Amino acid sequence: MKPVNQKAWLLVAPVLVLVAISAVIPLMTVVNYSVQYVGSTGRFTWVGDEWYRDVLHSEAFWSALWRNLVFSGVILVIQIPLGVVIALCMPRHGWGVPVCLVLMALPLLIPWYVVGMIWQMFGRVDIGLMGVMLKDFGYNYEGDPLDAWFTLVLMDVWHWTSLVALLAYAGLVSIPDAYYRAARIDGASSWSVFRFIQLPRLGRVLTIAVLLRFMDSFMIFTEPFAVIAGGDPVFLSTELKQTVELGKKSAMSIIYFLIILAVCWVFYAVMTRNEQETGRPQTQGGDA
Amino acid sequence: MARIDLSNIRHAYNPAETDDARFALRHVNQAFEHGGAYALLGPSGCGKTTLLNIISGLVRPLQGRVRIGEEDVTDLPTEKRNIAQVFQFPVVYDTMTVRENLAFPLRNRGVAPAQIRRRVAEVIDMTGLAALADRRARGLSADEKQKVSLGRGLVREDVGAILFDEPLTVIDPEVKWALRTQLRELQRRSGMSMIYVTHDQTEALTFASRVVVMDQGRVLQVGSPKELFETPAHTFVGYFIGSPGMNVIPAQPDGAGLRLGAYRLPLGPGVRLQGAERLELGVRPEFVRLAADGIPARIERIDDVGRHRIVRCSMLGHAVIALLQEDEPVPADPHIVFDPAGVHAYADGWRVQAGQEVS
Repeated sequence: MKPVNQKAWLLVAPVLVLVAISAVIPLMTVVNYSVQYVGSTGRFTWVGDEWYRDVLHSEAFWSALWRNLVFSGVILVIQIPLGVVIALCMPRHGWGVPVCLVLMALPLLIPWYVVGMIWQMFGRVDIGLMGVMLKDFGYNYEGDPLDAWFTLVLMDVWHWTSLVALLAYAGLVSIPDAYYRAARIDGASSWSVFRFIQLPRLGRVLTIAVLLRFMDSFMIFTEPFAVIAGGDPVFLSTELKQTVELGKKSAMSIIYFLIILAVCWVFYAVMTRNEQETGRPQTQGGDA
Repeated sequence: MARIDLSNIRHAYNPAETDDARFALRHVNQAFEHGGAYALLGPSGCGKTTLLNIISGLVRPLQGRVRIGEEDVTDLPTEKRNIAQVFQFPVVYDTMTVRENLAFPLRNRGVAPAQIRRRVAEVIDMTGLAALADRRARGLSADEKQKVSLGRGLVREDVGAILFDEPLTVIDPEVKWALRTQLRELQRRSGMSMIYVTHDQTEALTFASRVVVMDQGRVLQVGSPKELFETPAHTFVGYFIGSPGMNVIPAQPDGAGLRLGAYRLPLGPGVRLQGAERLELGVRPEFVRLAADGIPARIERIDDVGRHRIVRCSMLGHAVIALLQEDEPVPADPHIVFDPAGVHAYADGWRVQAGQEVS
């Protein structure tokens, strides 16, 4: 019989500790709060799934979720095509390349709260350049949730389109020259070049871009908080901030987390399925 | 009919280049007759791909004109020239099926659908892609993709020429031979002009009826495989073609001929070699014999390659290679004899013929 050495478990210990500290303990703390009622004296009372039912039956939650989804949808529809168009227009050679790259990277370097503050001032109807210009059309983000929503979309497009453009640009420059040469030999129009060479080869980077932009916009908090400071429109994150009861807050956090996890999983599944399609099925002796 | 004419082509990838040695092409004049099977043969970096791209218009030469048929196409873009080209590495349109890939060059030129169908079916037949015709190109293996690329080169019937830029690099050796033979066969049947770039002499010699040998941006010799073998115009051609290559041995001038030790090569009347800086004798190993008398030599090594033996000798301090038939004995006291039919004189690298003056 072989001697069994249980000391080997010690080798796994560092990872277990790390994961416990970074993920398991914080998450389980939140789960713990979400099933209890915390009284003013700091006493915990078990309430089961009551907070969850409370959240799922609250109209505020559903409208915030809906608003979040529409927001993400709208900014994706604008940012992805716009980013690709910008990437197509960027130069491939010469001094224009570093200039463009730096200009594109600038919005990404600005802290999120600062971006919010910039647009908060930019949109003000008394002193902001945009606000003053649009005032005559009835624009006022402080009074009208729709205008505020419009301002946030504009801000997000300004802030993040360059990320999509940079990703798409990286994808474009990685296409070997031979493809463009072959297309010229084949007499392809520039639309055909885009449709049959550039777009298919951008597929992977664009999936990444969609995933990143969806996650970020779905979790948006800092900017709306800076611009409208908790007013309308209410997103999931700002709704979460407004909630007072610790238990309800935790239940909402868990639901929010599960939605994001689900979306991530769907993306992962779609991406890996695409890769499997690329790998060809093994067939032998087709052509004799 | 379309004959391709290159006149006074010079090209450097840096337009401000002044150093002649760094030009990719230095003064090339070359005509490709209609219906010919040509190979551009030379080592890497000799300018053969540049020459090909100049014909197809992917590269515009700094100097010189390109004519296809009667038309000067130097300033025409690639898509306006009637040229097809296949590249070294496969290019396929991933999202299209094999059939759509083959139809693409025709569709872009507005060919009638019925004609496209007929032509694509023919090309699928030629390239043996029938089993894959409706498969997406994305999932094909490298050599299948290259077959699709070849097919797209062949699909246009009206082209002035099809250019191949080392198209079989990625193909498995056993398929390579078959495809090359097929291409040759196709060329003969269709009568289309084909220009095939390669650095592999076997590929060039089996494919082409005319081989253009290039080195350092110059065309050294154009000829049939037989001519290149029997009368290399330049020592580089002799050395590059043939396996093993030609022996090139420094020699001294001797009146109207060359001298190598006791060996004398008369070149006939009228030849003056005084102006040449470098004089050499060129003899292919096939024309070197080992005998009991001649120029004394020492055998360094013998490689048996099956059909014959390669004998590496040292003669008057120069390395000389001889070929021995399988059953020929190696003499105990070897001397080297050159077969006069295969001895050439070279002045500054170029072959000297009777009646020619080198100055």
